Amino acid sequence: MNPTASSAREEILARIRAASGDAPSTDARIINRDYLAAHVETDLVDLLAENLTDYRARVYRAAAPADVAVIVAGLLHGPRLVVPDGVPDAWIPAEATALRDQPALDPATLDLTHAVLTGCALAIAETGTIVLDGGPGQGRRALTLVPDHHICVVRCPEQVVASIPQALPLLDPTRPQTWIAGPSATSDIELDRVEGVHGPRLLDVILLAARS
Amino acid sequence: MTGVYVGMPAFPTAARAATRNAQLRANLTRATHTIRDRRARAVAELEDWEGLRQAGKAIKDETLAHLDDYLLQLEAKVTEAGGTVHWARDADEANRIVTELIRATGGSDDQPHEVVKVKSMATQEIGLNEHLAAEGISAYETDLAELIVQLGDDLPSHILVPAIHKNRTEIRDIFRERMGEWGRPAPEGLTDTPADLAEAARLHLREKFLRAKVAVSGANFMVAETGTLVVLESEGNGRMCLTLPETLISVVGIEKIVPTWRDLEVFLQLLPRSSTAERMNPYTTMWTGTHEGDGPKQFHLVLLDNGRTQTLADEVGRQALRCIRCSACLNVCPVYERAGGHAYGSAYPGPIGAILTPQLRGTASELDASLPYASSLCGACFEACPVAIDIPEVLLHLRERVGREAKEHGGHRLERAAMKAATYAMTHPAVYRAAENAAVRARKLIPKKVPFGAGKAWTETRDLPELPEQTFRQWWKETHR
Repeated sequence: MNPTASSAREEILARIRAASGDAPSTDARIINRDYLAAHVETDLVDLLAENLTDYRARVYRAAAPADVAVIVAGLLHGPRLVVPDGVPDAWIPAEATALRDQPALDPATLDLTHAVLTGCALAIAETGTIVLDGGPGQGRRALTLVPDHHICVVRCPEQVVASIPQALPLLDPTRPQTWIAGPSATSDIELDRVEGVHGPRLLDVILLAARS
Repeated sequence: MTGVYVGMPAFPTAARAATRNAQLRANLTRATHTIRDRRARAVAELEDWEGLRQAGKAIKDETLAHLDDYLLQLEAKVTEAGGTVHWARDADEANRIVTELIRATGGSDDQPHEVVKVKSMATQEIGLNEHLAAEGISAYETDLAELIVQLGDDLPSHILVPAIHKNRTEIRDIFRERMGEWGRPAPEGLTDTPADLAEAARLHLREKFLRAKVAVSGANFMVAETGTLVVLESEGNGRMCLTLPETLISVVGIEKIVPTWRDLEVFLQLLPRSSTAERMNPYTTMWTGTHEGDGPKQFHLVLLDNGRTQTLADEVGRQALRCIRCSACLNVCPVYERAGGHAYGSAYPGPIGAILTPQLRGTASELDASLPYASSLCGACFEACPVAIDIPEVLLHLRERVGREAKEHGGHRLERAAMKAATYAMTHPAVYRAAENAAVRARKLIPKKVPFGAGKAWTETRDLPELPEQTFRQWWKETHR
């Protein structure tokens, strides 16, 4: 740190201390959280499906891992399918050309693929949101960004929580996170919603039921 | 706070010019009413909205009360996670730091320096793009609306929808005429349907994303406890900038902190519904320093003061620092609806701009002195604010300050600019009707303490059932000539 930089830091901190001198010096710092931990308690998977659909994601249901492969095969617009480490083989249709991220695929290559197939860290029913954190079956962030079609599998019901307050304690802030609620969209032109600007224009979510 | 908007006329002059522009007014009216109605529905879905709002207010007040502690905590966590933290006292210092960081990433005559940018209020506030251009660095805005504004040599007019003042045909013309100068031209036969225009933007920007080495962003939130930065967006341009380049530089106001990871549960509910009226915006990115094998290898955080500490020093005015830039106050404001965003002469238009800009920049210029008067005090902004900023209270407080300073320094020049703004707000029937209908008329704020002539007259007219325009002007002539 050079002297100027250091003095900027000290000066800003000094200004803050002078400015907030009248603040109560309490150690309690307790926030009154007079709001709900969740707005719904039951039928979370149905609610997730409804809210995802409301924001123009397409939702499918699979009863077993082999069904995932069948659904994925029907969704693909071409064979080149990006598959991060940790995606079960059972999800990958035989007709797809699986592209592994080993060695790392460069952005130009990713741009020429047809789709990416991932799992997720969890899904939030109330807001219709899936969360990716780079864990198994999710890959690094670029993999779900550059391809124009993202197919995401949610294990139900164990990966589905009701609300944002229920989701945050389950997530690790030291991991990079992408929260996704519907495909890329813009309302910048006369407030007409248009799906698909820079992120994947198609978002397909497969709700995979636990083996009963 | 220095000048992106140099040479802007004071609010009333700019507002009058804007209200004569029928196209602008039609666009604005439709847009603000549409967002307003959608937002009301999104908020009504949550029965605990008021609880969330009060918690949002309390968390931000706690942040401001111990801002030094939280900044130091944040700095330690970001550094621990592989990031580098810089401190900037003002716009010049921030611009200089960012320029040096970009230069340090290499580049040559064959491959000149360029950066991709995510929409950021802080970098607009400091005029970063203009500064970089002067230094020979191209900064490409990647948000669709910002792209429209940039290609059209225009200025943003709304926090959330910066090109709200342009309709589809105007946008198509800008794309046709200007895209070729910046990179990939607009497709042949481009129509003015929003889907076609979005596709043109996708193609134009994709080549820039794929080759970009450096990105500049802001952030919606910074979590002191973990060192995590959070960006909410819709289009995916944010993800592109935050994920693909090797170097990421984030310029963020020091007030954008929340103390704990858990606090995000409040703001991730308040912001999307207040802003775009969605349960959740399409994309939210969170990162903590750098992540091995995922995203930028270098991360720099530039913490920006630029008038925030002087705002913090004002016990009444500091609540403006709670703002999370949702723009709900713009969409309910009768004055904004008529005047448009440009009339406010800064990166921050609408009611929040009327209290934030004069505090960040001070009230020495006619424009800044006039801003606290760019309001009918109807109180709709306060009702809509998800962190309960009492904007009318701060407006009155700042009017008092302008009055005092006008007496001490600027004399009649500042007072006149201020009064013209007040006259503007008071003499537009739609604006005044809104004020009349507001529930807040009986607020405790009706000032005993507006000391100088203009402000005093303003309060005297408050109790009249209708505002007699002519009488007011006659009064003005009589008392000021």
